[in-house]
Amino acid sequence: MTHPRSACCAPPQGGDASGPAEPDPRRPLVDSGLRPLRGPLPLGKPAHRLPAPSDWSFELIDQYHEVIRHTAQRYGLDTYPNQLEIITAEQMMDAYASVGMPVNYRHWSYGKEFISTEKNYKRGHMGLAYEIVINSNPCISYLMEENTMPMQALVIAHAAYGHNSFFKGNYLFRMWTDASSIIDYLVYAKNYVAECEERHGLAVVEEFLDSCHALQNHGVDRYRRPARKTLAQELAERKDREAHAQQQVNDLWRTLPKAAEKAGVAAEAKRFPDEPQENLLYFIEKNAPLLEPWQREIVRIVRKVAQYFYPQRQTQVMNEGWATFWHHRLLNQMYDDGYLSDGVMIEWLKSHTNVVYQPKVTDKGYSGFNPYALGFAMYTDIKRICEEPTDEDRQWFPDIAGSDWVPTLDAAMRNYKDESFIGQYLSPKLMRDFRLFAIHDDEKQSELEVAAIHDDSGYRRVREALSRQYDLGSREPNIQVWNVNLRGDRSLTLRHFQHNDRPLDDSGQEVLKHVARLWGFGVHLESSNGQGDVTKRWHVPAPAQG
Amino acid sequence: MLQQIIDRRLAGKNKSIGNRERFMRRYKDKIKDAVRRAVDGRSIRDLERGEEVRIPKKDLSEPVFHHGQGGIRDMVHPGNQDYVRGDRIKRPQGGGGSGSGKGQASDQGEGEDDFSFALSREEFMQVFFEDLALPNLARTQLAEVPEWKSHRAGYSSDGTPNNLHVVRSLRGAIGRRLAIGSGSRRELAELEAELAILKAAAAAGDLTAERAILPLEAKVEALRGRLSRIPYLDPIDLRYRSRVKTPMPTSKAVMFCLMDVSGSMDEGRKDLSKRFFILLYLFLTRHYEKIDIVFVRHHTQAQEVDEENFFHARETGGTVVSSALVLMEEIIRARYSPSEWNIYGAQASDGDNWHHDSGRCRELLAEKILPLCRYFAYVQVAEEEQNLWEEYTHLTESCRHFAMRKAVEAAQIYPVFRDLFKKEGKV
Repeated sequence: MTHPRSACCAPPQGGDASGPAEPDPRRPLVDSGLRPLRGPLPLGKPAHRLPAPSDWSFELIDQYHEVIRHTAQRYGLDTYPNQLEIITAEQMMDAYASVGMPVNYRHWSYGKEFISTEKNYKRGHMGLAYEIVINSNPCISYLMEENTMPMQALVIAHAAYGHNSFFKGNYLFRMWTDASSIIDYLVYAKNYVAECEERHGLAVVEEFLDSCHALQNHGVDRYRRPARKTLAQELAERKDREAHAQQQVNDLWRTLPKAAEKAGVAAEAKRFPDEPQENLLYFIEKNAPLLEPWQREIVRIVRKVAQYFYPQRQTQVMNEGWATFWHHRLLNQMYDDGYLSDGVMIEWLKSHTNVVYQPKVTDKGYSGFNPYALGFAMYTDIKRICEEPTDEDRQWFPDIAGSDWVPTLDAAMRNYKDESFIGQYLSPKLMRDFRLFAIHDDEKQSELEVAAIHDDSGYRRVREALSRQYDLGSREPNIQVWNVNLRGDRSLTLRHFQHNDRPLDDSGQEVLKHVARLWGFGVHLESSNGQGDVTKRWHVPAPAQG
Repeated sequence: MLQQIIDRRLAGKNKSIGNRERFMRRYKDKIKDAVRRAVDGRSIRDLERGEEVRIPKKDLSEPVFHHGQGGIRDMVHPGNQDYVRGDRIKRPQGGGGSGSGKGQASDQGEGEDDFSFALSREEFMQVFFEDLALPNLARTQLAEVPEWKSHRAGYSSDGTPNNLHVVRSLRGAIGRRLAIGSGSRRELAELEAELAILKAAAAAGDLTAERAILPLEAKVEALRGRLSRIPYLDPIDLRYRSRVKTPMPTSKAVMFCLMDVSGSMDEGRKDLSKRFFILLYLFLTRHYEKIDIVFVRHHTQAQEVDEENFFHARETGGTVVSSALVLMEEIIRARYSPSEWNIYGAQASDGDNWHHDSGRCRELLAEKILPLCRYFAYVQVAEEEQNLWEEYTHLTESCRHFAMRKAVEAAQIYPVFRDLFKKEGKV
């Protein structure tokens, strides 16, 4: 089965002058320049049937694009300017391998990724993505040479209008991403890493990047929820700046006896940092005692690239669902207007159907939810609730039942991420259609328990559980910087806060070695349960110097 | 709005090549192992192709913090068939539920334990040569075809004077002169005819005609002058015989692989011998169109066998090396006339020979075989020097196309052929 895959890039959390400008987190979510979506405006001039050969040509793509663009405008889809690029399958694999970026620094893991992509492609295990779209301004969409004309139309509608409008509209992307600077930053990163390789040797840089990659998922500010935590954020920012200043004067590591005496008893009792810190890479960048300037910069690059992808990882269902919904809507509208022939419709509908297929839990190929299927179903369902609400819908969604569907959908796209989107909009009807059920798996019990199913008493619980399933915070272990032994052996202590008593996998020991390499001294990791008791410890001694 | 469609197909191919290089560098040892194994398993003739390399997944993994089994988890699945609330289900074995709930968890796994990828032919040979510690000069010689044959390919308008084709050049010159001069000549003919009429008229006493004669004569002179200035031979007329070079392996060669298969030759020694034979074979493939390989194995008796039996069958018993040499000579006499074939010999042994036989071996080589051969190489795959080694040592002094060496690991094999490659380097 072929899935379109999209990759998009969010610019980094800003700060220093070397990176792109920092987006202002307090920027209003909806600024005055935004036009809301609307129902389709009438077609200006009568439609003419577009030619439908299976081979594409530049003129044809241009013609189709023109009609798709016009149709999207009638709905009021607000997008960055589009730039379509034709590439070969091999180039698609290249792009794939470097996490969808058109340019990225060199690392063996991307080589590995390329090899496995190529192998799978050649064996026919997977079709390539029909599209990769980059969240940049202008928004770059890749069209693969091998695609037929109907597929190119599908990709243009999906990527250049679906994803593109999501990038421009969704609050996470608006807050974190600065679409215009991303490519420049990546070019900078690539050159910087290449320079370091030249100066310090391939092996040294590679080792260091390995270590940074091990902490990639812990290089983002995960719990930063700007809508609620404006004040907290202010504080965090101030603390960042302070940490930076501290680093500048190296106050932290000062061992002058006078200062030590003065701090005396207090220093013993006081932890550093005062509060646990979730962004491990940030903490290391600012506070690791032995890192050289180039190493700090590489930590920063990895951290920023991780941050680009953070909105993407939090909006998988919404983003793919939105793009899928709109290619479906736009192409159908074009058919209704008389632009598209039956043959074209059949062809893209076939891959559309593949894309939104959701295997059941009992199926052999089941591997969790298909974000395309769930997202597409949810947007379609919201439209249904607006247009043909049942009594149940009126009871569950009094605000949107019977309202105009287009602005409603628009609001749903702009102001949520997967977790809250599902929590808000998953309807009982959809739960019945998908036949959702929640399983409660408690290690202490010998059997799994069906906690809730798609019935009156279970809707809320199923919805809550599914919503939480998309909370990155509970999907990934919560590990924070707990303490640094400032006056002793300088060891770093990390603490894992167990979520529902879920333990940390033992591969953590390997990661810890990487942390020790970055930190330069010994590293401890404690796993604490809900009561705050430490249940397990790992330790890696200081790496040998030299 | 002007829409942008950019054709990137010709730009930026192989963007990942740097990443691939880094990947290969990192797993060099694994790749070397794979190449080593491939060399063992392949036929000598079949060496030059890529190879599938397998690396255990766990060696490739990039560790990250993640949840282990256990604790409390709530998961939602689609496709409920007959469960109702409160039902109890047996916990699936083998972590069946671990992939679910995380959308991307089993995206790329495919349940394979190994990560495998294909080494291209070039990469394969590179690793193989590295293993044999081939110097760069020899590598480039093996990598390309050194023999060229030049043959005619029509004519070209540039070349060296010794390739000048006179007839062609002059033929071109005639054509050019005709073509360039034709207009002027026609005009000249017309003017001359007119002049003749005028002269006739002048002779009859026509004054106007007499006055017209002088300017007309001047014109005719000018035209004659122009015609005479057309060059007889111009640089653009020159034609040269064009010759192009095509790679040409010269004729045919036969390679004799002689190996001791007595009990003392274990698998490791046989493997070393195989590399020795492969290297000679590779060398020969660059130089000859057709190569026959004759496998002769011996213990107390020699026998001609196929490759499979040569490398893999085991025999026991004593060793009489001369039996193989005798058989080799018989085969040469019967099938490979030295006037038609370039004969190469490669002998591998652990040096263990029946002591009365070694002297005979030297005689056989010196008198019968070496005169027939282009090159004969002997490699001893064991350390201790026995009488065969001593006897052969005498030969190296008198014969330049005889080489011998001890090799207990692959990197020591190449020097056996050093002279062979050196000679080529000078050509």
